[in-house]
Amino acid sequence: MAYKTHVASLKNFQKGSLDIVNDDKKHYAFSNFFEVAGKAKPFERVAVAKNIEYAVEVAKIDGTSPWYAAAHDEFCLVMDGEVSIHFVKLDPSAAVPSGKRGAVQLPASPNGQKMGYVKGRRGHHVLLPAGAAYQLTSSAGPAVVLFQTVAGDVTIERWKDICIS
Amino acid sequence: MTAAASTDIKIIGKDEQLGYTAYQFGSFKFRRDEYFAHVEWPGGVRIIEIDRFLRALVRDIGWQFFYGWIFFDDIFGTQNHYGTVDIFGGTYDSGHKAAKTDFIETFPTDKVVTAFDTIARDWISEGYDPLRAPQETGSPLGRKAEPRKDALVRGFTPAKRMLGLPGDVTPRSDQSGHPVNRAFADLEFDKPEVHAEPGFEGQLNAINLFDHIARSDVTWNPSVASVTQASIFCVTSEEHMLPVIHGNDRNEWFIQLTDEIHWQVQDKNTGNPRGRIIMKSGDVCAMPADIRHQGFAPKRSMLLVAENGTPGLDELYAKGKLPPYPIEY
Repeated sequence: MAYKTHVASLKNFQKGSLDIVNDDKKHYAFSNFFEVAGKAKPFERVAVAKNIEYAVEVAKIDGTSPWYAAAHDEFCLVMDGEVSIHFVKLDPSAAVPSGKRGAVQLPASPNGQKMGYVKGRRGHHVLLPAGAAYQLTSSAGPAVVLFQTVAGDVTIERWKDICIS
Repeated sequence: MTAAASTDIKIIGKDEQLGYTAYQFGSFKFRRDEYFAHVEWPGGVRIIEIDRFLRALVRDIGWQFFYGWIFFDDIFGTQNHYGTVDIFGGTYDSGHKAAKTDFIETFPTDKVVTAFDTIARDWISEGYDPLRAPQETGSPLGRKAEPRKDALVRGFTPAKRMLGLPGDVTPRSDQSGHPVNRAFADLEFDKPEVHAEPGFEGQLNAINLFDHIARSDVTWNPSVASVTQASIFCVTSEEHMLPVIHGNDRNEWFIQLTDEIHWQVQDKNTGNPRGRIIMKSGDVCAMPADIRHQGFAPKRSMLLVAENGTPGLDELYAKGKLPPYPIEY
């Protein structure tokens, strides 16, 4: 009989369990990123993992996001839905200062040369290159993405709300 | 803890009936029979089922001793100091400590790689591949047969920035000899659309990460998919059981992409139980810096491991300068 692979989604996920003895459940910061995305406002970048300065953020993409940019590479893993990501090469005067940690939200559409776009679906891993502004748009209902990044201005931490305790 | 007097592996005998060579490395002696590996150190000895021993041994080489501790079983294993490696017996077991039959010895990393590779080459015969899931390979039991001719270790090549970028590691494909594993044959794998404007070719990049994982021919083998600064995303396909118990020297995070894995968690220093975690698709869980853990995957699944590769973190945790857990709330 063929195997059946289970991949959860925004509408269909089942959380596992945390059965801890001789320790504090909080130390494991257990959450489900589909649940976190489902409860978040569109485009909120909620940390689901943080390792000192580094973070994994989840976001629900529903419509067209603000523009973001970072001084370092970031990556985006699409976990549900379909997302188009448009890129603009920022003019040097508008670039995020070197050493700035995490993504920043740009106040307006950026000036610069259009670099192109990527359209991704579940399982697609996308480079968000340093020095490029990017904007995400969901094209077929809400989508869910994970960001590999550094914690910064747009990172929202609400561990008490999202973790089993 | 002592530095080994001799850091070269030596042949100390050969079982003429079974064909296997016995070795001494520092103060540790290694021999195998048809069913078991026997590891001996001053004051102690451990017998380990041979399949488990070889699965651990080959992964330890491939991981370059990974982050922290690799327990081959509850008693014997290695600790990575990133330049040197400890080999220990009973050091993290209260019974051995109390009986003073624990022992630990430090070696240069390259010498341990050579020693473990020498043992693995002699003890692994054609038809048995310890990196594959048990259903996908032959048995290590019995007498020595024809030696393996292909590489023992594979699948560990890390991406420098991101899989698929020009000059970086190429994702797995039919062309690279990696068909989709039977356990993921029900999934559809389409390609992301990358539309780069003229002049920006090669600067935009996207891959189907699920396709890459589904084509892995090794299990419990996190390989680097993307890196920003010291943030490392490793992906791996997990089936059956993690053939080692991993002791953390820093926090790491597991993100369950598909299916589920059951984790047994113990105190790193004593082995006492800390708990049991069941992770399902979409779940995220920290593995604190003071635990050891072992995973069990009833069906082959996809796991993303988020690591912080900052040099020196292990020492900060060991000295108590960082809390062993990642989040205060």
